[in-house]
Formats: sequence, structure tokens, C-alpha cells
Amino acid sequence: MSAADVYANYALIGLLVVAALWTVLTPTLLRSAIGLAVVSALLTLVMFQMNSPLAGVFELSVCAGLITVVFISTISLTRPPREEGAAERRQARKQAFLPLIGVVAAVGALLWATGYALDVKLPRSTYQPVREVLWNSRQLDLLGQIIIIFVGVFGVVILFKRRRDRTVRSAKEQAP
Amino acid sequence: MNEAWVPYFLPFAIAAALVFTSGLYCILLSRNLIRILIGIELLTKAVTLLLVLAGAVTGRTEIMQALVITLIVIEVVVITVAAGIVIGAYRQNGSVDAKALTDLKG
Repeated sequence: MSAADVYANYALIGLLVVAALWTVLTPTLLRSAIGLAVVSALLTLVMFQMNSPLAGVFELSVCAGLITVVFISTISLTRPPREEGAAERRQARKQAFLPLIGVVAAVGALLWATGYALDVKLPRSTYQPVREVLWNSRQLDLLGQIIIIFVGVFGVVILFKRRRDRTVRSAKEQAP
Repeated sequence: MNEAWVPYFLPFAIAAALVFTSGLYCILLSRNLIRILIGIELLTKAVTLLLVLAGAVTGRTEIMQALVITLIVIEVVVITVAAGIVIGAYRQNGSVDAKALTDLKG
């Protein structure tokens, strides 16, 4: 393992802890959700460094992607009505993030100039053992996954179905 | 045993413990249901990190990747159903405060 890898590993794990603390301590729910996505993205990089690329891809696509979408949708659906003047303040806040683009570009240019890149290897031979383990040794896990996915789908359908029935019933009761 | 990852075990385990503690703090001290879900997510992240670390140290990454994939599937279903419950609770009570959920109180 090279010295750059050692520094990268410690930097990644430090950033992961900082992002987790920021997720918990930030007062805004939306920032917490974004912080959680950052934690997932950093965990993905840690997984790639630890020779677990398939789990990393799952973590990035499902946890940093899908779960963040679920959280942001939940936050927007449970948000109270906005007060007057919120749009102007939101526009002003958007401009406050402009320096962040410059910082990211500067860090990227610095890494490019120094010739440093994360030594991410995607050995094709890694996938085959994972497939064999998942399909041959851990078949019960797959069965459990399928059952859990069905339970989740039915749970969400039932939750929203009851809500719709109640809405229709209350609308009928209010009708003259 | 993968000797290259053995020196990382303690720092990474401490980091996982810190992430787990921050998630636990979020769950115990927050009354907002969405923030409690975020705390549960952080607990899962800490467990995922420990699983991947164990796979790297023992050199059996393929089994750990299979376990992590299972964990991620369970995690996403739990969060999706819990988010549906939170939205239902908000529509019922007009609030995402955990203290407002008193319908089942005897």
C-alpha cells in the first residue's frame, strides 16, 4: 500500500466522521439529508479502497441516490406552508454557495497538477466470487431480500391506499 | 488475514463507533421523526463500515460484499416504509413531532 493510499484512507475516514457529525448537528433537515448522502458517498470511496467495488456501487446508487430522494421527498411533503418573502431569501442563499464551485474546481486542479488520483482498481475477478457467494452460498439471504422487498412494496401501497379511501370518504361526507 | 489492512482496524473501528454514537445521539435527543430516520441511517452506515472493514482485514471481501448488499436492501425497504409512515403521521396529526403520536396511548 503506497503512502498516498495511507493518507487517502485516513483522510476519507476523517471526512466520513466529520460528515456524520455535520449531518446530526446541522439544524436544517434538508442539510441533514444532503449530509447523509455525503456520508454514503464517502463510504463508497472507503469501500473501493477496501477492494469491495460491488458493495460500493450498491451503496452509491441506492443509499446516496435512492434514499436521499426518499428523504427529500418526505421533507418536502411534510413541510409547513412557506411564509412571505421566503423565495427571495432562498435566492440569496443560492448565491452564497457560488464560492463552493471555485473551491471544488481549485481542489480538482490541485489534484490534477500533482498527478494524484485515487488508486481505484476494479478487478473483474472480484465480481465472480461475489456472484458465486450470493447465488450459491447465501441463497437464504436472497430469499429474505425478495420477501423484504415485497413486504416493503405492500406496506407502502397499503399506507397510501388507506389514506386515499379516507380522503374519498371524508369528501363524500362533506358533500351535500 | 490481509496484513495490509490490520493497522487500519483500530482507527476505522473508532470512526465507526463515532458514526454509531452520532446516530444514537440523533435518535435519542431528537423528536422530529425524519431526523430519527436519519439517525437510523447513520447507525446502518456504521455497521456497513464495520462489515467492510472486517472483510478487508480477514481477506474475505466477497462474503462481506454479499452481506452488505443484503444490508442495503433491508435498509432501503425499512427507510421507504418508515418514510411512508412519517407522511401518514403528518397527514393525520399535522406534525412530524414524535410526541404528537398519542393515538395509541391508553
